[in-house]
Amino acid sequence: MRDVAIIGVKNTKFGEMWERSFRDIVVEAGVGAIEDSGVSGDRLDGMYVGNMSGGQFVEQEHIGALIADYSGLALDLHVPSTRVEAACASGGLAFRQAVMAVASGHEDIVMAAGVEKMTDVSSTGASSALAAAADREWEGIMGATFPGLYAMVARMHMHQYGTTSEQMAAVAVKNHKNGSMNPIAQYKNPITVDSVLNSIMVADPLHIFDCSPITDGAAAVVLAPADVAHEYTDTPIYIKATAQASDTIALHDRRDITTLDASVSAGKRAFEMAKMTPADIDLVEVHDCFTIAEICAIEDLGFAKKGEGGTMTEEGETAIGGKIAVNTSGGLKSCGHPVGATGIKQVVEVTQQLRGEAGGRQVDGAEVGMTHNVGGSGATAVVHILARER
Amino acid sequence: MSVARFWRNQIHRYNLVGTHCKTCDSYYYPPRNVCPKCRRDGEIESHKFSGPGEIVTYTVIHTAAEGFEHQAPYVLGIVQLDEGPRFTSQIVCKPEDVHIGMKVKPVFRKLGEGGDRGMIYYGTKYIPA
Ligand SMILES: [Zn+2]
Repeated sequence: MRDVAIIGVKNTKFGEMWERSFRDIVVEAGVGAIEDSGVSGDRLDGMYVGNMSGGQFVEQEHIGALIADYSGLALDLHVPSTRVEAACASGGLAFRQAVMAVASGHEDIVMAAGVEKMTDVSSTGASSALAAAADREWEGIMGATFPGLYAMVARMHMHQYGTTSEQMAAVAVKNHKNGSMNPIAQYKNPITVDSVLNSIMVADPLHIFDCSPITDGAAAVVLAPADVAHEYTDTPIYIKATAQASDTIALHDRRDITTLDASVSAGKRAFEMAKMTPADIDLVEVHDCFTIAEICAIEDLGFAKKGEGGTMTEEGETAIGGKIAVNTSGGLKSCGHPVGATGIKQVVEVTQQLRGEAGGRQVDGAEVGMTHNVGGSGATAVVHILARER
Repeated sequence: MSVARFWRNQIHRYNLVGTHCKTCDSYYYPPRNVCPKCRRDGEIESHKFSGPGEIVTYTVIHTAAEGFEHQAPYVLGIVQLDEGPRFTSQIVCKPEDVHIGMKVKPVFRKLGEGGDRGMIYYGTKYIPA
């Protein structure tokens, strides 16, 4: 297998973008990543696009071809383009497919993109589309919502480990602070623990400020074999590990309700592949679709002992400048969560951090970063480790 | 959900019928046709569960799923049957009464509606035992 490097990245603005279409935002991301890489578009050997539910959100399938077409890569160049779906982990999975395509030697210059346009339907419509990431026949039919499933994880975590609503709120407060320094973030307003606790209850014990929002957005990266990466950029970022794992589709069938075994498994495989430990990681973008999900993620990936993720957050150890900087982008909570784009946005954020281009939210001396992207309530997890050094 | 799609699982939903693997003596509800512990060596048979169980974890849903708006707030829980398997069910009780470890038993109730003109789904919910 060949080493692989990131040579170009681009996030669009995340938010409610009524004036812009699905194809507008993904083309902006793709063209931006190509410009950033210095590669000419006609050098692209392939594209992998993460998208959860174009069918439900914009009544559009056949996303791969659409994007190749509107990026100007179909009519004359006929660049192969593949849409990848794993619910909210679609972006992470698209990135992994692109990495494997280059690593195998089958393709050289490859784009991985992610996109979701969620505000063309009502918020009820968006929630129903998202609910399809759970088990429709045995969770959805009982009235389960996504906040409801993670609320059951939170309730169990509180019962087993004494985690508090204040600790969960601390995740949102920290992520909004980080997001306030990210130009693309959907919400740049700082919030307080009280404002989280006083926001309306969605699914007890999760308040609306414990939940990531509904977002439009796209992100893209360009990959090249590490051996030639310096021909395109002075600061290639190397992929040290790519890992993915599956678990039961329904929350009720998990070995342990408060552990995402898919995250544990993908994390372990990634650390083995990179020959690293959690102590080697300077920053991590984790999948905080709900505040409790960030607490579980830092435990499952080995940054916190099981049951101590809440305390660690409350004590500021996951803030920028803390023991491990978690979700410098603002995470899904503050930066926004256009589901298919999130996994790619995480890679863009870590790349910008490792290049030293993260502005006010820069982690000093960042050398190694990790991304963690989850599908559904934990049936898919995708983990990557990126580094400045090859 | 279409009538046919619901009908296929009607016996499982109405009568708590799941499956049992004779090879490793594991019980499955919702039913599985492949035992994830034994895979090819598994031998699956149908099994009707006795009914009683216990709440593993729960939530009170205030922002309802589509088709459940009239029921909000409603209690949703993961129930562990006495034979072992866990599944998701609505718990019919006051939100303030539900707790982890609560003993529950099944009742036959309306589950939800498929929109204004859609069908009404029936199935098993749980109440305090
Ligand atoms: Zn078996």
